[in-house]
Amino acid sequence: MSRDKIRRFENSIALSLCTLATFFGLFWLIFILGDVIVNGIGALNLGLFVNDPAPPGVEGGGLRNAFVGHLMITFFATLIGVPIGLLGGTFLAEYARGSRSARIISVLSDIMVSVPSIVIGTFVYVILVKPVGHFSGWAGAVALAFIMIPVVLRTTEDMLTLIPWSLREAAFALGAPYYKVIVKVVYRGAAAGIFTGVLLSIARVVGETAPLLFTSFNNAFFSVNMNEPVSSLTVTIFQYAMGPYENWHAQAWAASFIITIVILALTIVGRSIISWRYGKR
Amino acid sequence: MYKRDPIDKAFSTVTAVASISVPLLIIGILYVLFSHSSLAIERFGIIGFLVSADWNPVRESFGAAASLYGTVLTTFLALLIAIPVALGIAIFITEVAPNFLKRPIGAAIELLAAIPSIIYGMWGLFTLAPIMADYIEPTLQDAVGGLPIIGILFEGTPMGIDILTASLILSIMIIPFTASISRDAFNLTPAVIKESAYGLGATKWEVIKSVVLPYSKLGIFGGIVLSLGRALGETMAIAFVLGNNHQITTSLFDAASTITVTLANEFTEADTDIYYSSLFYLALILFILSFITLAIAKYFIVRGERNYPR
Repeated sequence: MSRDKIRRFENSIALSLCTLATFFGLFWLIFILGDVIVNGIGALNLGLFVNDPAPPGVEGGGLRNAFVGHLMITFFATLIGVPIGLLGGTFLAEYARGSRSARIISVLSDIMVSVPSIVIGTFVYVILVKPVGHFSGWAGAVALAFIMIPVVLRTTEDMLTLIPWSLREAAFALGAPYYKVIVKVVYRGAAAGIFTGVLLSIARVVGETAPLLFTSFNNAFFSVNMNEPVSSLTVTIFQYAMGPYENWHAQAWAASFIITIVILALTIVGRSIISWRYGKR
Repeated sequence: MYKRDPIDKAFSTVTAVASISVPLLIIGILYVLFSHSSLAIERFGIIGFLVSADWNPVRESFGAAASLYGTVLTTFLALLIAIPVALGIAIFITEVAPNFLKRPIGAAIELLAAIPSIIYGMWGLFTLAPIMADYIEPTLQDAVGGLPIIGILFEGTPMGIDILTASLILSIMIIPFTASISRDAFNLTPAVIKESAYGLGATKWEVIKSVVLPYSKLGIFGGIVLSLGRALGETMAIAFVLGNNHQITTSLFDAASTITVTLANEFTEADTDIYYSSLFYLALILFILSFITLAIAKYFIVRGERNYPR
């Protein structure tokens, strides 16, 4: 073979391997999603949403407690985490823009986004569970909020930075104080981006299990009391999948299906808003 | 002189306090983990805890070596699988795929990162582990189990609940992180330089190998280290398939434990002060380890972007 042919041969081999790698990645995505969808839809029924769990080993029962508990924990986590993240991001992008402290906090947040969530669980256990002597829904919500804060903070900072400075100057020129400029001009311009950040941060925590294990724990009974242990879908999946009963496994699949659908929907909506509002990014 | 609006002053203070929450959270975590592990630190020391593979709640003797070994080994194997695949995907998306496929494939790969780890874990337990035990692991054993030295890695009865399965799941989970950061780094390569290489008659692969990869090496390295940091702290995906075995074993077909799996399984069961304290010690080690790793990743990703402004 001539040198030229070898080079072209090498080229096609390397590029084929890259294509193969992509198929390898897509294969797992389809495999996992397909498995969750097939097993999950097979296990779905109305009873799952309206009944509470049957005693272990008894057929039937549902996961009403876990659905409601999961919604409560996520709702309160959002209620705590989003405002703090939003305001913190505002400080970094506006009042402290370009300062050293803003850069440090921004980097620290980036790191906190990826820090092991189970460590957050042990931390919240010490500050909220141990002092009162029992697990509680509040502890779970706070643990998830701690995970949300850096996510919302960083996306808010990025989105506010995208708003042109001249827009703020125009508002300053009219005599508006900075807080009014932020609320009336900057937030408005960045609303779509901030909203996406909130959606993605919810998607990030909805599937969390590890930080809930030591905080909200689990509850086999229906409870809307955030001061008690509160059941969540993810912890229930962990318990049921590890358990010995067939119908527990089926319910775990159904719960996984619902969670996966919710997260994929949030993620896809979030990304679509970004590409619709900010074009190619 | 301009008098500052009092509401503005209040608003700026509130936002400042909110932004301080992140450093406060980090300090709080460090303080809590440190103070709660002090009992174990006093009893076992630092080096002593790190090198002791003993994890015995009955005799109240604890060491991190087995968990640490599992964490490092599963992470290493996961990276071994994930790095070539992720780079291949990044190259495919930036250089090979037709334009209309670039975004959908990129988005699909990133969906892998959106699937929660508990789903990976359950899928691993019910679907992947049986496949590993029945087909893949026996095949591997037949193929390379007889070789000297390497054969040690493939000893024992393939059960599917082992280091290999856990590492494979971890690798699937971290592929999107390396892939998307590498893709962004590739895209920073100036088109002019790529075009000059093409102008000299280089093939596409030669352009990638000699222009794109050297240009984006900092970013790629950052992406790999970020995946490393994510893999270190992954819990639920491997809690199902690792078996929580506190022994250092040589075969990839053996059950093992990681720091995260130990915490998930034993934290609510710890019944003595020293047991409890040792678990916090493990959490402290994990937190410091992943914090440093992620900080290094961040450093390289930022440097990669700064060197070649678009």
